[in-house]
Amino acid sequence: MLTAILTAVGVVAVTGLICSVLLVVAAKYFHVPVDERETKARACLPGANCGACGYTGCDGYAKALASGEETRSNLCVPGADAVAKQLSDALGLAYADVIEQVATIHCGGDCTQAKRRADYQGISSCAAANLFYGGAGICPVGCIGLGDCAKACPNGAICIENGLAHIDTRKCTGCGICTKTCPHHLIDLMPDVERVLVTCSNTDKGADTRKACTHGCIGCKKCEKNCPSGAITVVDNLARIDYAKCTNCDTCAKGCPTGCIMISDFSGIHRYTVVPAASAEKSADPASV
Amino acid sequence: MKFLMIIMTSVLVNNYVLSRFLGICPFLGVSKKLNQATGMGVAVTFVMLLATSVTWPIQHFLLDRFNLGYLQTIVFILVIAALVQFVEIVLKKYLPALHASLGIYLPLITTNCAVLGVTINNIRDGYTFLESMVSSLGCGVGFLFAMVLFSGVRSRLEDADPPKAFRGLPITLIAAAITSLSLFGFSGVATGLFGG
Repeated sequence: MLTAILTAVGVVAVTGLICSVLLVVAAKYFHVPVDERETKARACLPGANCGACGYTGCDGYAKALASGEETRSNLCVPGADAVAKQLSDALGLAYADVIEQVATIHCGGDCTQAKRRADYQGISSCAAANLFYGGAGICPVGCIGLGDCAKACPNGAICIENGLAHIDTRKCTGCGICTKTCPHHLIDLMPDVERVLVTCSNTDKGADTRKACTHGCIGCKKCEKNCPSGAITVVDNLARIDYAKCTNCDTCAKGCPTGCIMISDFSGIHRYTVVPAASAEKSADPASV
Repeated sequence: MKFLMIIMTSVLVNNYVLSRFLGICPFLGVSKKLNQATGMGVAVTFVMLLATSVTWPIQHFLLDRFNLGYLQTIVFILVIAALVQFVEIVLKKYLPALHASLGIYLPLITTNCAVLGVTINNIRDGYTFLESMVSSLGCGVGFLFAMVLFSGVRSRLEDADPPKAFRGLPITLIAAAITSLSLFGFSGVATGLFGG
């Protein structure tokens, strides 16, 4: 009886002992030294693993910073300036403010430009109007203008004027709540330094777009030809700007025949405004909004 | 023929997740995205093979010899946990790329019930060493198969708009139940094919 108990205890104890010795030896001999700078950098980061810095989570960013392949300490958007400052101090990197994200709306057709085909009198909500044949406007993707985004915005940064949503970037914190409420997905987040913006999302052919809205992009490719840095391509009858190449030179906005490429002057309420077109035929379109 | 039969039964008929309901925790936890589900599946297969290769000799040369069959569970858990930790340390040193893709799952499944279940069932079914290894491989592939299948179902669930009370875990559990029903069609197929 006693031998049976002792054997059982002995077998388990010896197995455990062998396992623990194995692990201790392994931990000693296969030890991988961790870069001290990486630990330091990782300690500064918030650990949200959001990917806003462009790396795979906070660990990836810390690794890139430690190895020296990344020298910008201001890529962490949720951590904002405080984290950038900590990182710069910890790793001895140059400090720069974090570039905040702001919501931007990719439609510029207010009620003087976008034509209506019906008078919607239902529930005052974009989601409801969208269920009813996509809203009252002719443009299938344009701003419905009933202000679901304005109601959702926790900071009161969005207002509706002339049936079009406008975003006050001084109040916008880049939370992205409005991007989810727009039934036409017109709002997205962009870095707060981009100056030019295509304020249209319509991919219909030029003639159809023209019938729906005088502001819409007709896919004429003038901007594509004019852009000195080759940053604009017209895909599916809609101009698209590659901000990695864009130098904010305004050439596209000045040449746009419908004025749908707008520039921001970063002053006052920070709205995108139409540049009076260089060609004489567009002189009738004044700086709107 | 026997090996083929073992593979077929362990992948389809006695699928560890969808028929035996073992390893539900990683099944529900890591099946949200396809690449994570695949990583988890591969890690589980690897650990099952590794665990069986160690526990089978322990059972037959240590426990059976001293008449200590009742210590099976505790010794297996001990050995598997230590072994997986050891493998993780070695991987980190020599194969950092593999460790980065597999490593985060390894500590999660050290004492996972599917892994323990495979090792114990291999002994219970009286398999030889080679048969045990084949059975572990089959169970691992079955687990991978279930994970991939269910991650597809879940990506559809993300787009669906269920009633509020069903959102989140409830609808996931219902989907898991329906997915497991689909495998019931295979019961009997293996015996029919190979005359088990």
